[in-house]
Amino acid sequence: MAKLIKNQQILDDTWQVLTLDDATDAAAVTVPAAQWIVPLAVWQAQPVLAARGDVAPLLDGADDPAELADQLGTLSLVAVNFPRFADGRGYSIATLLRSRYGYTGELRAVGDVLRDQFNYFTRCGFDALQPPVDKYTDAQLGAALASLKDFTDPYQASATFRDPLFRRHARRAA
Amino acid sequence: MYRYDDYDQQLVDERVAQFTDQTRRYFAGELTEEEFLPLRLQNGIYIQRHAPMLRLAIPYGNLRADQVRMYGHIARTYDRGYGHFTTRHNMQFNWCELEKMPEILAKLATVQLHAIQTSGNCIRNTSTDPFAGVAEDERIDPRPWCELIRQWSTFHPEFAYLPRKFKIAVNGAEEDRAVIRCHDIGLELVKNEAGETGFRIFVGGGLGRTPIIGEEIASFVPWQHLLTYCESILRVYNRFGRRDNKFKARIKIIVKSLGIDEFRRRVEADWAHFKDGPSTLTADEVARVAACFVDPDYQALPKTDAGYVQAQTDSKPFAAWVKRNVRGHKKPGYASVVLSLKKTGVPPGDVTDAQLDLIADLADRYSFGEVRITHEQNVVLADVEQSALFALWEQARAGGLATPNIGLLTDMICCPGGDFCSLANAKSIPIAEAVQRRFDDLDYLHDIGDLELNISGCMNACGHHHVGHIGILGVDKNGEEWYQITIGGRQGNLTNLGKVIGPSFAAADVPDVIEKLIDAYIAHRHEGERFIDTVHRIGADPFKQAVYGDKTPAQRKVANG
Repeated sequence: MAKLIKNQQILDDTWQVLTLDDATDAAAVTVPAAQWIVPLAVWQAQPVLAARGDVAPLLDGADDPAELADQLGTLSLVAVNFPRFADGRGYSIATLLRSRYGYTGELRAVGDVLRDQFNYFTRCGFDALQPPVDKYTDAQLGAALASLKDFTDPYQASATFRDPLFRRHARRAA
Repeated sequence: MYRYDDYDQQLVDERVAQFTDQTRRYFAGELTEEEFLPLRLQNGIYIQRHAPMLRLAIPYGNLRADQVRMYGHIARTYDRGYGHFTTRHNMQFNWCELEKMPEILAKLATVQLHAIQTSGNCIRNTSTDPFAGVAEDERIDPRPWCELIRQWSTFHPEFAYLPRKFKIAVNGAEEDRAVIRCHDIGLELVKNEAGETGFRIFVGGGLGRTPIIGEEIASFVPWQHLLTYCESILRVYNRFGRRDNKFKARIKIIVKSLGIDEFRRRVEADWAHFKDGPSTLTADEVARVAACFVDPDYQALPKTDAGYVQAQTDSKPFAAWVKRNVRGHKKPGYASVVLSLKKTGVPPGDVTDAQLDLIADLADRYSFGEVRITHEQNVVLADVEQSALFALWEQARAGGLATPNIGLLTDMICCPGGDFCSLANAKSIPIAEAVQRRFDDLDYLHDIGDLELNISGCMNACGHHHVGHIGILGVDKNGEEWYQITIGGRQGNLTNLGKVIGPSFAAADVPDVIEKLIDAYIAHRHEGERFIDTVHRIGADPFKQAVYGDKTPAQRKVANG
C-alpha cells in the first residue's frame, strides 16, 4: 500500500493514480469507483468526475494550473506529478496554486518524490507527499520526517513561511 | 563586508548537517548515484578526471583575510597544497576526498564560507565588479544588492531543480566589469529621472555552446521589486524552459524561441500577481545590509604620495608593476592593487597555500583585511595607501604575486581544461603556458599593451573565449586536440562575441598563430590604438591573411563549425 506523508505523519493511503497512454481517449476511459487521481485531460473531458468526490485532478509539468482556477474553491485534493525528481516544474505549479490561485485543499506530490526534496516540496505548498511504493522502508520514511525541518528559518517567503526572513525577524544590524 | 547574523550562520550549519547525512546515506547504499548527483553538485562537488573537485562560493568575489587563511588550511590539509580561482568568483580544490567533504564544509562554515549552489541546475553564485565600492566610475554600490540576491537565492525552494544552471551578475558602474550581458540575468543599477534607484534588467545572455548577448527585458524596475521580478523570470523559465535536451535548456534558448517580447509578456503577467507581495524589499532591510558595505576607516591623505612617486622613478620594475597592477581609487592617496595569478609556468588562477597565507597577511597589513577575486582570476586588494605600495610590492613579489601583466596578453583567462576537467575536449593550461613563454619579453608585452586572451578547453566556455580579444577554444577532431581561434570579442559596455578566423590548429602551432596576429596588429595599429580597436577598425581580413597567407580559409574544412 502506498505511504503518504501528511501533517508530519506517515499514513497509509488508498488513492491511486490513473495513467493514460497516448492511444487512450481521455473522454472514453473509465474511471473506476473510489479514490482515483486522474490526468487533467481526463478530468476536463469528463466533467461528471468533479461531482463524484472520489476523483481528483493530476497536473503534469506542462499543464497550466490556471485550467483549474475556477474549480479550486471546491476541490479537496489536487495532485502534481514529478515524472523525474530532477524535473522541477511542479514546484512552480504548487507555488502558483497556493499563492496566485489561493488553493487551500490538499496538494499532493506524486511520482518520483524523494526524501531529499521533502523540505522544498513542503515549502512550495505540498502538504502531502507520496513517494513511490516500496521506495523507502518504514524506518527510512520515519527518519525522512526530520528532513521536513532541515532549515529552521529559511530566507524566502513561501507557502510555509508567509513572509521572508527579513519580515519575520528583526535582524541584527551589521 | 557582510557578516553573518545568527540566522545566516544557522542556515549554513544546517546545510552542513543535511549534506553530512546525505553523504552518509550515499555510502550506506541508501542513495543511488543518480539521486546523490544533484545533492553533491548543489554542495559544490564534481567527480573529475582524477578525484572529486570541490567548488566553493566567494559571494560576489568578496573575502576576509581569515577566510583566505582557511583556504590555505584546506589546501594544506585536504588538497595538494594549492587551489584555483575560477572565472565566476569561486575557489576550486582538485584533490579532496569525497568522504572528507562534510568535514571540510563544516570547517568552512566556521568562517562563513560554503559551497552552496556552486553547481547543479540552480541559481549560482552572484558575481559583480571587483572594484565595487572603490571604483571612480561607480554610480551605485552593487554589493548590498548582491548580498540581498545571495540570501534570496540560497535554498530557494522553487528554483532548486531548474532546467539548467542560472547565473546572475550585477553592475553599478559606468563601465561594466561584470560581463552582465553574458549572464542569465544581468542587472544594471541605474537611477531614474526622479533619482530613485532601480535596475535595468537583461535576460538570456550566456556563453557556452550557444553564445548569446542578453536582451533588455525591463528598462527600470524599482529596487523594491528586484526579488519579485527576478522570481517571475525564474518562474517562467522553470515552467517553460526546455528539459528535453540539456544543450538547449538554458534560459537564453527559451528567450530566443519565444522572442524577448513574448517572454517579457509572460514574465509581467506572472509578476502582476506577485508584485507588492511579501518578498517586496523594505528600506529597513536594504539599509541593514548596506550598513555592512560602508567605507572603511580611510585616512585623510594628500592626493599623491611623494615617496610613492619617487619609488617609481627609482625602480623600473616597481614602475612597471604600478603601470599595470595599480588602479585609481575614489579616495585621495589610496589605490587598488591587483595581485597577478598569471605568472608564467603557473596555471592561470592557481594559488598555493603559502600564497593564500601571504594574501591574507597583505590584506590585514594594507587593505583593511579584505580581498576581492576578479573574474579574470586575479586577486584585488582594494584599499591600499599609496605610501604602502612599495612595501606591498616587495612582499608580493617575493611570493610570486607581482607579475606586472594585468590586462596584458599573458594575463589570460584560462579554464582548468583537459588536465582536470572531465568535460574538456582539449587541454588549456599547456596552451596558456606556451603562449606566455613565447611572449616572455616584458618590454614587448607592454608595447603590445591591453589585450585580453581567453582560453576554454571546450565549448562550455568557462574560459570566456567568446569575449576575449583573442579567444582560443579547444576542440576535438577525430580524437585529437585542436584549437580554434577567434578575434574581436570583448567584454564591458561594448560586449560582443568574437569571430572564428578559420580552420583550427594543432597545439604546437598556437603560439605562432598568436604571434602572427600580434604582428598584424603592430603593422596596422595607429598610435596608441589597442589590439581590439584595430580589429574593429580594419576588420578580420588582414589578420586572417597574416595567419593563413594565401590559403583561403573558406576552402578548408572548419573543425566543429
